[in-house]
Amino acid sequence: MSELAAIHGRPIRLAGGRVSTRIQPRPLIACGLLALATLAVAVVGVATGDFPVSPGAVLSALVGQGDPGTTFIVQELRLPRVVCALLCGFALGISGTVFQTLTRNPLGSPDIVGFQQGAVTGALVVITVLESGGTDASLGALVGGMITAAAVYVLALKDRRLSGFRLVLVGIAISALMLSLNDYLLSRARIEDAQEATRWLLGSLNGRTWEDATPLLIGCALLLPASLCVGPALRMLELGDDSAAGLGLRVERARVGLVALAVALVAVTTTAIGPVAFVALTAPQIARRLTRSAQPPVLAAALTGALIVQASDIVAQRLVPSTPLPVGVMTGALGGIYLIWLLGTEWRSGRA
Amino acid sequence: MEIRTRMTRPPLHADGVTLAYDKRVVAEGLDVEIPDRGFTAIVGPNACGKSTLLRALARMLKPREGTVLLDGKVIGELPSKQVARRLGLLSQTSTAPDGITVVDLVARGRHPHQSLLRQWSRDDERAVQAAMAATRVDDLALRPVDELSGGQRQRVWLAMALAQETQLLLLDEPTTFLDIQHQIEVLDMCAELHEQGRTLVAVLHDLNQACRYADHLIALREGSVVARGAPSEVVDADLVEQVFGVRCRVMPDPETGTPMIVPAARKAIAVRV
Repeated sequence: MSELAAIHGRPIRLAGGRVSTRIQPRPLIACGLLALATLAVAVVGVATGDFPVSPGAVLSALVGQGDPGTTFIVQELRLPRVVCALLCGFALGISGTVFQTLTRNPLGSPDIVGFQQGAVTGALVVITVLESGGTDASLGALVGGMITAAAVYVLALKDRRLSGFRLVLVGIAISALMLSLNDYLLSRARIEDAQEATRWLLGSLNGRTWEDATPLLIGCALLLPASLCVGPALRMLELGDDSAAGLGLRVERARVGLVALAVALVAVTTTAIGPVAFVALTAPQIARRLTRSAQPPVLAAALTGALIVQASDIVAQRLVPSTPLPVGVMTGALGGIYLIWLLGTEWRSGRA
Repeated sequence: MEIRTRMTRPPLHADGVTLAYDKRVVAEGLDVEIPDRGFTAIVGPNACGKSTLLRALARMLKPREGTVLLDGKVIGELPSKQVARRLGLLSQTSTAPDGITVVDLVARGRHPHQSLLRQWSRDDERAVQAAMAATRVDDLALRPVDELSGGQRQRVWLAMALAQETQLLLLDEPTTFLDIQHQIEVLDMCAELHEQGRTLVAVLHDLNQACRYADHLIALREGSVVARGAPSEVVDADLVEQVFGVRCRVMPDPETGTPMIVPAARKAIAVRV
């Protein structure tokens, strides 16, 4: 029975059985450790840099008790950057989990199937064709991401069913199309527009202010509570459409809702920090291996995503002294290595 | 108050349903009644609309015309979870998530009984244990489903449907891809469930098995009902030829006395033609 509890979970019942759940020890421990690690890299992000601040000083600066210089550095320069990194990582981790579960394919993740590239196209159109920028570019990214997602989703439907494999193939094709469109838009851009546009080519946290973080905060405040309740629907959909419907899930409605949520999560991160590659792809896979659970690891993937983005940003800032790199370079490099490993093992096990 | 003389209709029935996928019409104007506490087998040749009819009864396919009624209400208009507490489905197209254990998969059958606050009640635990015991997969509880054999896996899916604790159980070709030993194992389990008072509806390929296990047959051909009733009353050589286009002899099954179909030999056909 204890072995059963370890894998299947320990029941917890309150209020005379009206409230009940079961806790699986391993995922719980994994999430706890991930949360601690994320907190640790967040503290490192706030405390270190050209002007190191002791953890104690960070705390007093956070509550507004420190000296004005430190408070400014912590509250206005470093904190928005760290908050952006954590929220984006969180959102990308959830979005990746939702997509990979829906498509039953580790490659069915928003960064592979072109949503981020579509968002970049949207921003580039605003900058180079409409010759605008700033908030308009963010709006363009939002619209571009949504249109791309809708196109991929519709093209991947077959007999009104979503085929995960088709979604991946269609997505990769659309992604390539968007990439070449992006190159074309850049090549005909004026030099000053091109400069503005480069910020959209790679995800970057450099120079993020509270102004940049605000839309992200609002978006996450709306989306994250909903995201943490997607578990039951995902667990049903994993079993196949018919089984899910047999167990009382309204399949079409649930799936459209989940896709909309996952796309919205990617869209808000892309408008805030650009297309940070490979986080949505890797976070759910790493989380699944850490939790060793067959349940879609929504919370663990969110924490893993936050950890990856924040840790990558620290490395990206420090790797080349005097030239802070965009965080997307680091996540891209990490993700690339992971992808090679994934394809290698999947091929060996004969599934890809 | 209901008028006593009025025929009471079984809880699940379809009235004049036309079933279609996009443009292709599979069946028109079907009337089907599923006897309460019976074991109904839907039989017929490939592509005759067997599975489509089952899908319509399980509210997975909305009829283009007509209605499927459950407990007197249009099934598509009832809350989905409420239907799922009344009617379970063993689908042909289920996929087990990578690495899931037997007990975790069976536990997912409890979804219609759960809510945001009630995620794992004592009833859930008891139902999962009972379902695993009934399908004899309790010894496999902690094994990953992907490591099991086809027969074991089908029993696990059946356990998931049982954990749902529904009075009605719909099974879409529960014996496909199983060898004869495991076919019998699964069908014997179905017979046990039937004896315990459940209403079963199964799409079956093997007519002899259908005659042995079911007490009500619905024979379909090209989307229409050719015959319905107790196997011993409706199955004869003419029906088999009409439904499957196969010449045969029908004799009593030496084990059970139910109709047994013996297809005519090739030479015999040549002699007769």
